[in-house]
Amino acid sequence: MAETLLEAAGLHVHYELRGGFARRARGRAPEVLRAVDGVDLAIAQGETLGLVGESGCGKSTLGRTIVGIERPVAGALRYRGEPLDVGRDRAQRRRIQMVFQDPYSSLNPRMTVRQTLSELLRAHRLLPKNAIDARCRELVDLVGLGPRALAAHPRQFYGGQRQRVAIARALALEPELLVADEPVSALDVSVQATVLNLLDELRAKLGLTVLLIAHNMAVVRHVSDRVAVMYLGRIVETAPTDELFTNPRHPYTRGLLTAVPRLVPGRVSESAAVAGDPPSPVSPPSGCRFHPRCPIAQEPLCSTEDPALAGPGHHVAACHFAWRDPPPAHTPEVLQEAT
Amino acid sequence: MTEPLLRVEGLRVEFNLARGVLRAVDGASFEVQPGEALGIVGESGSGKTMALRALVGLLPPAASVTAGTVEIDGVDVTVASEVRRRELRGRTVSMIFQEPMTALNPVMRVGRQIAEMPLVRLGLSRREARDRALELMRLVGIPDPKRRSLAYPHELSGGMRQRVMIAIALSADPKLILCDEPTTALDVTIQDQILKLLGTLQRDLGVSLVFVSHDLAVIAQTCTRVAVMYAGQVVETGTVDAVFREPRHPYTLGLLRSVPDFDSVRGRLSSIPGSPPDLALPPAGCRFHPRCPFVQDDCVGAPIPLIELAGERATRCLYHERCAEDARREPVVARG
Repeated sequence: MAETLLEAAGLHVHYELRGGFARRARGRAPEVLRAVDGVDLAIAQGETLGLVGESGCGKSTLGRTIVGIERPVAGALRYRGEPLDVGRDRAQRRRIQMVFQDPYSSLNPRMTVRQTLSELLRAHRLLPKNAIDARCRELVDLVGLGPRALAAHPRQFYGGQRQRVAIARALALEPELLVADEPVSALDVSVQATVLNLLDELRAKLGLTVLLIAHNMAVVRHVSDRVAVMYLGRIVETAPTDELFTNPRHPYTRGLLTAVPRLVPGRVSESAAVAGDPPSPVSPPSGCRFHPRCPIAQEPLCSTEDPALAGPGHHVAACHFAWRDPPPAHTPEVLQEAT
Repeated sequence: MTEPLLRVEGLRVEFNLARGVLRAVDGASFEVQPGEALGIVGESGSGKTMALRALVGLLPPAASVTAGTVEIDGVDVTVASEVRRRELRGRTVSMIFQEPMTALNPVMRVGRQIAEMPLVRLGLSRREARDRALELMRLVGIPDPKRRSLAYPHELSGGMRQRVMIAIALSADPKLILCDEPTTALDVTIQDQILKLLGTLQRDLGVSLVFVSHDLAVIAQTCTRVAVMYAGQVVETGTVDAVFREPRHPYTLGLLRSVPDFDSVRGRLSSIPGSPPDLALPPAGCRFHPRCPFVQDDCVGAPIPLIELAGERATRCLYHERCAEDARREPVVARG
């Protein structure tokens, strides 16, 4: 395995909810939303790691914490073995860049592409002044836009082109790690493919490492080397992509995979893959966080003991029954095979 | 063959904009049989949502239906009186929207919202209407309906809100439910729950569905027939099975090829080059020709009509045989 580029250990990111002051004034602790609640994750140099999970599971918060937008309340991030502190210096910030979901709101509407790119290059003092314009041209070319794009404002682009501009901006500082948070979910199907292909090309060409945050399992399967599944602030399973899709060990991963609508016509099964709604990250369930929705949960074990993320080699899962052989029995109507 | 429940013929929806007339829907025709689920699929700006909204007179103020007929249960909606139309909207047709938070009344308890239709349209007493609401909530799988009926929309999860909306849509025993991207705002496990619920209701209650979505896989799982829309026109229709396995319009083919298919392994995704046309100035001839891999000289001149094919299919492509050949050479969906 390649060198570990970024490592998170016991990472916690909590948000104090509104009303915190009033509660404290009455001598009570404020309500805390545990967005990321004990995440251990390693990203290897040169890989694309897909991070999947449903809304509210903390995947975006984790991504934003890695980039340095959010501050962890506990735990540590290490980059090439060096600790990444809250106050990052310019060089540290430069190495990790982000592509946001919505290129409409993440680009300054009043700045042309040239202004957006050259401002960054100037601020980070990467190049002599007279080389900045050439670098801007190189960047738009890299993401497949013509030199005319430099004089345009964000509103003059279609969604897919606008996301290319956002990618060019992220690449301007020659990052080593690119955190892409749902980079294609705001785009139409036919242009999603071009942006995904572009990300993959750039990774190969520039030797990038990519953390791809997505809710679309098919997208993740197509572009990731490895996948981490997140549920309610925790990583519940990590495995190489093919392994995860063909041999998922966590019941949540299995449910998630079964829930994806398939292109093959015809209904898959009558009953839903995962029952119920995800619980609130303000008061996560005791024991295993998935136990209230789990088809194979056993009392009292699952509601009292928090399973560790464990497993052989590169495949780990946080379930008491993940590695039990034969695989845990599940309610047949809950998990029927697609084909 | 029975009378179709919904028959749309040459529907045209136009927006009057400062810079001219924008034809959002241009001559759309489709039918829905009783108990059938029809999917309308297309990308943003294809006209799919406007076509759906035109059926029940829910167009934005700047838009209007300028041509075509819409027959619901034998009544031509485009010439019917407002009273008759309102009656149809209440009893025969109902609608489920993409965002339940904006479609539900935020200051009214959900139980009362569900009971409203039975109270007003079906003439039930308050008590009967309330019981009917609880029964509907049970039907759509809301646990503990008594307690939940007293909740306001913001107190419920996205999935529960969408179930409330489905309960409202069912409350007057409609024959046809129009669904506008009903699961797009939901997470995949909740989407799965809602799609299964709609499928069960359709089968058990015999209600027809028109299902608008940009997601081909959602259409594949819920519908038996599909209409593909591009730049305001229906470009291909047929059974989901036939259209997805052997598309006969290059746009359908391109769309199917660009979806990252869950069942196939990692590889380069193909895409459709270019962007959809400006609807105020659509290209001459076939609207897809600037992006089409099979384009010929005669695609550029006159408009292409919808060509009837065997097996109750139709396409707006002169060279659909090449398209089908391409799909046979390299299957678009994994064999089920």
